[in-house]
Amino acid sequence: MTAPALARPYRKVRPGLWAAWAFLALVCCAALFPALFAGAPDQVDATAVLRGPGAGHPFGTDQLGRDILARVVYGARASLFVGLGSTLLAGAVGSAWGLLAALGGRAVGEAAMRLADILLAFPGILTALLVVAVLGPGTRNATLAITIALAPGFARIVRVQALVVRDSAYVRAAINLGLRPWRILRRHIVPNVLAPLLILATLNVGTAIIAGASLSFLGLGPRPPAPEWGSMLAQARNYLDVSWTLALFPGAAITLTVMSATAAGRALQARYERREP
Amino acid sequence: MPPLARWLARRLALTLFVLWGTATLAFAGMRLVPGDPAHVIAGGVQANATPEVLETIRAQYGLHDPLPVQYAIFIGRLVRADLGESYQLNQPVSTVVLEQLGATVSLAAGAAVLGFTLALVLALLTAGRPRAGALTRALEFCAISTPNFWIGILLLGAFSFSLNWFPVLGEDGPRALVLPWITLALPIAGVLAQITREGLERALGQPFTLTARSRGATENRIRLRHALRHAALPVLTLSGWALGELLAGVVVVETVFARQGLGQVVVSAVNGRDFPVVTGVVVLAALTFSVINTGLDLLYRVVDPRVRQAAL
Repeated sequence: MTAPALARPYRKVRPGLWAAWAFLALVCCAALFPALFAGAPDQVDATAVLRGPGAGHPFGTDQLGRDILARVVYGARASLFVGLGSTLLAGAVGSAWGLLAALGGRAVGEAAMRLADILLAFPGILTALLVVAVLGPGTRNATLAITIALAPGFARIVRVQALVVRDSAYVRAAINLGLRPWRILRRHIVPNVLAPLLILATLNVGTAIIAGASLSFLGLGPRPPAPEWGSMLAQARNYLDVSWTLALFPGAAITLTVMSATAAGRALQARYERREP
Repeated sequence: MPPLARWLARRLALTLFVLWGTATLAFAGMRLVPGDPAHVIAGGVQANATPEVLETIRAQYGLHDPLPVQYAIFIGRLVRADLGESYQLNQPVSTVVLEQLGATVSLAAGAAVLGFTLALVLALLTAGRPRAGALTRALEFCAISTPNFWIGILLLGAFSFSLNWFPVLGEDGPRALVLPWITLALPIAGVLAQITREGLERALGQPFTLTARSRGATENRIRLRHALRHAALPVLTLSGWALGELLAGVVVVETVFARQGLGQVVVSAVNGRDFPVVTGVVVLAALTFSVINTGLDLLYRVVDPRVRQAAL
């Protein structure tokens, strides 16, 4: 028998949040199955160059007569790859780093956190630029660069969380019960560190997408013929005198994706904080 | 030693540590590059440098020495503020950096002033007023989520190309700075306005506000004299972050507006793997950032007397 339902906390219906989730779903679909949404992104049409939005090309065409709608749709994959890829990697690397700092003893912990201090001492994009200078440009290297720029932030949060959990009553109880350290880490510490980590990750996806787009805007991301929102904007910059709509759609795609990811992250955060006592 | 001096000495030590760490990471990066560093200096493998040229380069840059020796020489030069010579430009890095510093500083400083002013005015006007607050909150959310190069391109398209209000290229006097300033200021103003308003609203709900009101203080006086000081603390905390965003934004915004500056220098250095220049700019950025953060912490102590007693 279940307990009688207590008065549920009043929850507002927020259309903006639904729109955010729906847009994220749309972007994910576009990244996975771009062919469902648009034609070929590389088809050059010399008779229709730098057209504004209109019939045949809803978003217009670029300087080579390629369909911008198709390039925006196909660009979703590269942007999400960099954004999600670097966030996931940074979350994994940062978690290991933070757990090591919290639980690995004094000397290891100090060394780990001082390294994080150094990397956090200047803006992330400079770290990313330094990494690209070492590895060279390209999608994979840009992803790695942003990973290295984001990881120390994750490491700090995970370390603090792990310290809080380590000193909590239930972990002490587990230690006193004589459970093995590995089991305590896996069963008691990791699950309790995971929730705030996932929220931080959601909030970081937007940052990572903007960082990825910035790198490719600077010509350090995917190589030119590949459709990508940042490099599309870089090309649009050169044709502003002819067509300003060229810059409209790739930029809107970045902004709406980042907005949706941030709104979703904030909603998750609010829900998590409400659940906490 | 008086507490303030001790505190400053500790901050100085921390700054030196961060600089050493940054330089070491940059040195490690330079040596981690796949392939022969001499090739990189000669302009990449495609440059078809003859073995003799490569040999000269190795001798010139001390690449024959064992790594620890190279590292010691590198750090030794850095201590004397010698950042080495650019591979691409055949000029000392310090000359390259100093030449471009002015353009970047005027861009960043103006944007910082604009961003902070905008945030302050917005927050003071909308705090405690739900409808105005909701509207600006939505605008702020847009400003935060928009990559600043897109803001820049849209402003450039609208005000330079269509309306011809501002020059298209970056170097035409102070009028050319207006759009880059706005571009850089909007995102940080968005975040700072949110934080300031939250702080103001919290302070306006506190008993001391009621006391001030009961003594007949006007609304403006309460906001400016009483609440703002309390709201300033979280803003100071975020200022370090905001200035970092600004430095990062400079790199991209200089490209959008085709302006000269350190951002341009670092981007072309990254493209050409000109490590001394990249190292120089990164170390300089770390130094600037450390100095700014120390200054902010000092300000913290001025604004909040409680910090002066505690946590020295």
